Amino acid sequence: MSIQAWTYVIVTFTFIVYIAIAIWARASSTKEFYVAGKGVSPLANGMATAADWMSAASFISMAGVISFMGRDGSIYLLGWTGGYVLLALLLAPYLRKFGKFTVPDFVGERYYSQVARFVAICCAIFISFTYVAGQMRGVGVVFSRFLEVNINTGVVIGMGIVFSYAVMGGMKGITYTQVAQYCVLIFAFLVPAIFISIMMTNKLLPQIGFGSTLVGTEGVYLLDKLDGLNQELGFSAYTSGVKTRLDVFCITAALMVGTAGLPHVIIRFFTVKRVKDARISAGWALLFIAILYTTAPAIAAFARTNLITTVNEKQYEDIPEWFTNWEKTGLITWVDKNNDGLIQYRSGEAFEGKPKFKEGAGTYGQRIITNDLTNNENELFIDRDIMVLANPEIARLPNWVIGLVAAGGLAAALSTAAGLLLVISTSISHDLMKKIFTPNITEKQELLLARIAAGFAVILAGYFGVHPPGFVAQVVAFAFGLAASSFFPAILLGIFSKRVNKEGAISGMLVGITFTAAYIIYFKFINPSANISDKWFLGISPEGIGIVGMTLNFITTLTVSHFTPPPPESVQDMVEEIRIPRGPSSAHEINA
Amino acid sequence: MPNQKPQTKYWKKNLQYLSILLSIWFVVSYGCSIIFVKELDKIRIGGFKLGFWFAQQGSIYVFVIIIFVYVLLMNRLDKKFNVEEQE
Repeated sequence: MSIQAWTYVIVTFTFIVYIAIAIWARASSTKEFYVAGKGVSPLANGMATAADWMSAASFISMAGVISFMGRDGSIYLLGWTGGYVLLALLLAPYLRKFGKFTVPDFVGERYYSQVARFVAICCAIFISFTYVAGQMRGVGVVFSRFLEVNINTGVVIGMGIVFSYAVMGGMKGITYTQVAQYCVLIFAFLVPAIFISIMMTNKLLPQIGFGSTLVGTEGVYLLDKLDGLNQELGFSAYTSGVKTRLDVFCITAALMVGTAGLPHVIIRFFTVKRVKDARISAGWALLFIAILYTTAPAIAAFARTNLITTVNEKQYEDIPEWFTNWEKTGLITWVDKNNDGLIQYRSGEAFEGKPKFKEGAGTYGQRIITNDLTNNENELFIDRDIMVLANPEIARLPNWVIGLVAAGGLAAALSTAAGLLLVISTSISHDLMKKIFTPNITEKQELLLARIAAGFAVILAGYFGVHPPGFVAQVVAFAFGLAASSFFPAILLGIFSKRVNKEGAISGMLVGITFTAAYIIYFKFINPSANISDKWFLGISPEGIGIVGMTLNFITTLTVSHFTPPPPESVQDMVEEIRIPRGPSSAHEINA
Repeated sequence: MPNQKPQTKYWKKNLQYLSILLSIWFVVSYGCSIIFVKELDKIRIGGFKLGFWFAQQGSIYVFVIIIFVYVLLMNRLDKKFNVEEQE
């Protein structure tokens, strides 16, 4: 069967599974809709959390990004896993004991203030929308390459699927679908990695393979060979980084703390039965995530070696089929600067910006671009996203593996999108309407409202998928920076200090957010030309500034709390209670 | 401190576990993978430079272990102070 036929078969099959689960796991109460009735087993919750967490970015982009960044790619590997340690040890068990539905719930009650709740709602909605736009785009990319439908049609199909299980099933439907999606995505990620590892290094496990010697050489280690290739072409050695230590430190820390402060991750720990389960399910989640995150750097190294050896200094006319396939999508492009018909891959950009194509074909049949050329020797433009998607084709794996990768990419994007949509709908129906504007609505009305909000959010997300704002990549730094500088200190201090009060928390969150947002907006939007290390504060890039924002938040919160009256007795008692697993949860359960 | 409430003792012990585990977390992720990475890179294990290995593999394994150790310790502590949840 052809790649396309395989892709259709596998993708259709997985979609049928997702929808079947959605029908089986319909939510009938707000408690089921928001937190799956708090009846999810820790193992299933761990898997669902992992699928929720690993987005299109983790599945499609991360290995590609690492493959171009080399050692510096560790900022993502560490940043997006280390946060789970903070989450498991410092937040998850206590938030589960607290026993409500959302992050704004906790902030609102611990700081006995609607203002604090409102600030938290705004952050939660903003962070989630930032994220979800990228997911829908990922869905579109996979559809357009593998099913050869138009990107917009792809987005609409994706929306339909998410709509069916997020709106019907709420958290319950989403959780069980995510378990299935985890299985699909991890299988799809591992199979090509294992194949390639065996082919290149004769080792079954990619984690070991990329530290081993290459097949067909006399004891040359893969990483040494890659260091050599990189340096020959004018890049820095693969295993040494180019970023400064301080910047790597700050970015890693901001991503870690941001992870622990992201509402769609935290909310997962509200779905299990007991405090004990919250602890262990964080462990399962990280284990399941680690399987992908330790494989990704191996794929990165394999893919880069393969790419350089199959493309560099080769005749365009003899280039394998995958190259021309991906050329059609505009994600890889060659411009023959020296008219020798050979592809030269070197350090630096081949031309200014993203490729802009015109009609017709060049001397060798390549697509023609109209961009201004740069005057280095590099003739190749490669979008980092194709490294994972094209990797099986580059390594000439069987067609079914390629179809599987497409299904995996879709599973990753859809599972994350659904989790985020739930946060948005909960923020609107529960936090904003029920808790602030219309406290008198019935359970039934609230459930209906939650479904309408989810439906509305799906449509808005789809809109962003079809008309992607050019700044999606830039705003990701925003989401983590804001989560790190707002939620994390507020929640942490809310649990570990009885003295911190609403004045402290609100001023801390505002200082943290304002500082971080201002820094990012200045360098990313107002004055992008100044976005170079000399102009940065202490050489810290906008990606890492969240950690400074977080520190300011801590200082402000503690100082202001020190000079204002302590929180009321009842709140201090509540803090005492959430620290101990036994006993009723401090907040009153809403009976389903 | 004989007169402390059991609740306070439980919390102190918890904080002690946290500080030990988080120190390990910090040393591995920021120490081995970032601050002292160049020094560790001089040591090689197979094809890996040690610092590079910690940055792209080792730290993640340690993170997983830290969480499971914490779960084990806390479940024991809950039992000892008789504060675990009833079924």
